[in-house]
Amino acid sequence: MPSSLLEKVWNAHTVRTLPSGQTQLLIGLHLIHEVTSPQAFQALRELEVPVRMPARTFATLDHIIPTTAQQRPFADEIAEEMTVHLTRNAQQSGVPFFGLDSGKQGIVHVIGPELGLTQPGMTIACGDSHTATHGAVGAIAFGIGTSQVRDVLATQCLAMAKPKLRQVRVDGALARGVYAKDVILAIIRTLGVNGGVGYAYEYAGPVIDRMTMEERLTLCNMSIEGGARFGYVNPDQVTFDYLRGRQYAPPGPAFDRAVTWWKGMASDPDAKYDDVKRLDGSAITPMVTWGINPGQSVGVGERIPNPESAPEQERATYREGLAHMGFEAGQPIAGARIDVVFIGSCTNSRISDLRVAAEVARGNRVAKGVRAIVVPGSQQVAKAAEAEGLHEVFREAGFEWRNAGCSMCLGMNDDKLRGREMSASTSNRNFIGRQGSPTGRTLLMSPAMAAAAALHGAVTDVREMLQPTSGR
Amino acid sequence: MTESARRQVAGRGIPVPGNDIDTDRIIPARFLKTVTNEGLGLHAFEDARKHDPEHPFNQKAYEGASVLVAGINFGCGSSREHAPESLKQWGIKAIVGASFGEIFFGNCTMLGIPCVSIDNEDVLWLQKTVGRDPRQSVTVDVEKQEVRVGDRVIKGRIPDGARNQLVSGAWNATGVLLEAGDAIEATAKRLPYVSGF
Repeated sequence: MPSSLLEKVWNAHTVRTLPSGQTQLLIGLHLIHEVTSPQAFQALRELEVPVRMPARTFATLDHIIPTTAQQRPFADEIAEEMTVHLTRNAQQSGVPFFGLDSGKQGIVHVIGPELGLTQPGMTIACGDSHTATHGAVGAIAFGIGTSQVRDVLATQCLAMAKPKLRQVRVDGALARGVYAKDVILAIIRTLGVNGGVGYAYEYAGPVIDRMTMEERLTLCNMSIEGGARFGYVNPDQVTFDYLRGRQYAPPGPAFDRAVTWWKGMASDPDAKYDDVKRLDGSAITPMVTWGINPGQSVGVGERIPNPESAPEQERATYREGLAHMGFEAGQPIAGARIDVVFIGSCTNSRISDLRVAAEVARGNRVAKGVRAIVVPGSQQVAKAAEAEGLHEVFREAGFEWRNAGCSMCLGMNDDKLRGREMSASTSNRNFIGRQGSPTGRTLLMSPAMAAAAALHGAVTDVREMLQPTSGR
Repeated sequence: MTESARRQVAGRGIPVPGNDIDTDRIIPARFLKTVTNEGLGLHAFEDARKHDPEHPFNQKAYEGASVLVAGINFGCGSSREHAPESLKQWGIKAIVGASFGEIFFGNCTMLGIPCVSIDNEDVLWLQKTVGRDPRQSVTVDVEKQEVRVGDRVIKGRIPDGARNQLVSGAWNATGVLLEAGDAIEATAKRLPYVSGF
């Protein structure tokens, strides 16, 4: 019987069928951070239940840590308290912890793949909605709430219902200046912000096949913004080449045995899908959001749509989006003024993202009055970027070069928008208030587009700035 | 776990109009800077309430309401359980909506808050009806998958797994999962990435 990666992984991790009809699903890798875990550890203490498999949980700090001065104790007392709690909870339960002094701290969805913790065929859970990122290597990875973090800590299992499976095929080839971020924004625009509710997305087709692992991480990262709790790419040679030699990847001959198992977990060619959706990758242009959810986007050459052109049930959200953003229907998105540029987040803070942004920034200057920050996704990304001199490229162009963390994606540290500032951001959400100011405004785009926006102080088509040999 | 079953929830309604209300809107991230759940109820829809004095959570008429009536894709976005926790502390015991963000739906179930889907046109009718008379009782029948107001019965939907959990009182899953005992370790040992390639 041909089957999909979803079915194979699900079956391999099924402990039993629960009385509710749900699956008791074993979680192979559990990642935790300081924001959604303290209440779960407290619940465990109240239940007097230990952490069941501490070696299968890994902890790091990302959401609240400052990206400037990182001396302990932090100036922010609550950030310090949350750090103390996570450190103590990890120590007391025997959970490996990548703290600030480890050299490996970073955004949980950046360090998992980077350390080779994230592997094909696994089930992966984390108290963060962007956990589908790890699906890029061919894992079933999904976000959970704190009560479920408690369940995984206590039992290494979750009560889950198997999702339906949709294949999202991207045909053709991407044009120069078009990146994985543009692909996922185009997918969300096409299928809707709630189109994926109840589904796992299997991304496939020539465009996906040709993507690097880091591009696939960006793609899978935003599955939840399209409503899909799970998103994955079948493991292939790109995956194996990426994982070989990483710290937690199987060493030596074991790696080749692993590859055999991983290949067997990929969807069979005639696997069944609940449905298949197709996009023409060749038609995708650099994307920019204009509204208050990640589905409200246009190509950089397009105009902001009129609410009347939207399906009836979306018109109110369109109007709300226009009002919040201060945009007029029919206005071109290119030229929209920018106050802040944020290059970072679990979507776009890996070395390849920073290289692309640095290439655009090199030898240029951030526009007057624009505050631009670059926040690498992990300490290892920062180190790699510094070894290549990217930090100097950014600094010389007038960007601030920061330490690793979630930063201005959600403004839980000092990195926030102020007042109605308009931000060009490589992060994943343009929700009202998302970047730390209740009236702040966010335009989502690729790292290349964000760097271009920084230089012009306005949304700009980065394709006009790229050398014929650079980019894709 | 000794949790009481959620066969049905009855109480006054509170409409939250609009679609794609995300969890950042329900509780902004700055209120997640805490190691406990204490006081989260005070911050439900905080920024939306400041921005809009007419926000339903500001209106006296809806004080004491326990059934939230939402639109399409309510609770999309972040996995923060602080969102349903803040609604729960505010007094919400059940949510009726056209559809829900999937992680939010799961988090609500884990807290014993049933989320029942009804057709969007029924949502709009129910929001209007509750708005006209905030004192009337709305019954969310999880077991029968319906919502009742006055003499109107609206057909609803809730996935079997969550419904069974709520109706049986087993919505706090830890105890049930622990009952699997050694089968958990046995399943882990069968996985080559656990036992070694």
